[in-house]
Amino acid sequence: MTSTGTIFQREINAYFLSPVAYVVISVFMIFSGYFFSVMLGLTQETTLRYSLAYTQFILSILTPVITMRLFAEENKTGTIEPLMTAPITDFEVVFGKFLSAWALYNIMIAPTAFYIIFLAWVGSPDYGAIIASYIGLILMGGLFVAIGILVSAITKNQIVAAVIGIVALLILLVIGLASSGNEGWFYNCLRYIGTYDHWDTFTKGLIDTRDVIYYVSFTALLIFIVVRIVESRRWR
Amino acid sequence: MIKVDHLAKRYADVYAVNDISFEVHQGEILGLLGPNGAGKTTTMRILTCYMPATSGTATVAGYDVFRESINVRKQIGYLPENVPLYPEMRVREYLNFRAKLKRVPTRERKTKIEECIEKCRIKEVQNQIIGTLSKGYRQRVGLADTLVHDPKILILDEPTIGLDPNQIRQVRQLIKELGEKHTILLSTHILPEVEMLCGRVIIVNKGKIVAMDTPSNLGTQLRGGSNIVLEVRGNGEKIKNVLSVIKGVKKVLWHDNGEISNYTVEAEKGMDIREDVFSNIVKNNGIIREMKQASITLEEIFHQITTQEQEVAT
Repeated sequence: MTSTGTIFQREINAYFLSPVAYVVISVFMIFSGYFFSVMLGLTQETTLRYSLAYTQFILSILTPVITMRLFAEENKTGTIEPLMTAPITDFEVVFGKFLSAWALYNIMIAPTAFYIIFLAWVGSPDYGAIIASYIGLILMGGLFVAIGILVSAITKNQIVAAVIGIVALLILLVIGLASSGNEGWFYNCLRYIGTYDHWDTFTKGLIDTRDVIYYVSFTALLIFIVVRIVESRRWR
Repeated sequence: MIKVDHLAKRYADVYAVNDISFEVHQGEILGLLGPNGAGKTTTMRILTCYMPATSGTATVAGYDVFRESINVRKQIGYLPENVPLYPEMRVREYLNFRAKLKRVPTRERKTKIEECIEKCRIKEVQNQIIGTLSKGYRQRVGLADTLVHDPKILILDEPTIGLDPNQIRQVRQLIKELGEKHTILLSTHILPEVEMLCGRVIIVNKGKIVAMDTPSNLGTQLRGGSNIVLEVRGNGEKIKNVLSVIKGVKKVLWHDNGEISNYTVEAEKGMDIREDVFSNIVKNNGIIREMKQASITLEEIFHQITTQEQEVAT
């Protein structure tokens, strides 16, 4: 596991040595700030619930930008070769990279804590709902990052990795969103697969184990698949 | 140290490496020589556990590359072709990262890195960003990386490719020095390099081993003996006939320039015919203006056996 830490450290450094981290964080702050102010003006409610609903859309676009380089860059420049011939297991590499991207994701959403301070200043927000929302946000981040890494692992091109990642996340968001209000097993199924419904319960202040399990198991499954993909060079 | 046994690697329906077997002994520098696409890199990738073989086995330092890959990887330092490095990192930072990955204990890490920087002469660029380094320095940073965990075996894939002549000389010198402490397997398609560095050479072509010997033996063994080039004043035809009947002569090529003739005399394997040639020409009133032994260069052997389809017996 020390190797996971080594990989994690290098990837985090790489994020902050390149413009990626700064660009992604700035873009996120601009949009989330805009939605926060607009929704606050419209609803006049001291809650993050409505602005965070839009935040999921921005996160679907920005998370693949965070993860796009993780494997695609190494595949392209060939640095994957010295990396994989060092005494390190495939899982350690994948998990270290996953943790670094997830950490950057959390760093990216951290400045939104300022909105809570603002809400506390103008009114009395429901802290329970806010804490639950953040737990949901972090769990959702894990899933988004895992999807992004999966796409990055199958290509040499970072742009392709980002675009496919964004499309995949938007599909996951839309199938849940579009089937809300419809009944029947088909729509229930889509809602269960989609991220929107699971996320929605968190913003209401509920931490439902079903939703936690959805995020954690989906993330774990994807990480497992990424490890297999990285390993696949051995049997391809 | 390295033992390769009937190794083969197939991509779709093309064999990149086809049934090769060889051994690298402790303390040896073995050269893997062959044209591009001969299977050198694939062989090295199998030995470094980057990809498995389709069939056959390979052991490195006593560990099987497939089953005990982590142990194998601890024993080897691998320099891939074109030396991929992280361009945004600084040299020292990179070496520190690599040392950590290769599980160099924290306490020794600093001295080990210092040693490698010293050995590979990259002290003056140790705080520079890798992306700004010249090819020669990048190569040496790559070499420093292979040394950082003090491996028993170094596997170097085309270590001098793309360097200028001075840099090539420096890197070769460095490899020579490293050869005193490590067992080295290196690949190249540059022939003088093999002659300079390697104790033994394996020539591969189209995934198969076509020759394996010391560089000097390859010369004498592969194409029989050596050629003698002559320039003689005298009766061309007569001298040609005289030369052809000397014991040990295989073939005489005669190029008539009027009064002066040029001959190329091909001798049989292991025969020294120079003295007989001299005395026979003198007996027939020829005047020898020039006589030299043309030894076959590795270059010729390489060309010959990699363009020829038939197997060459070693």
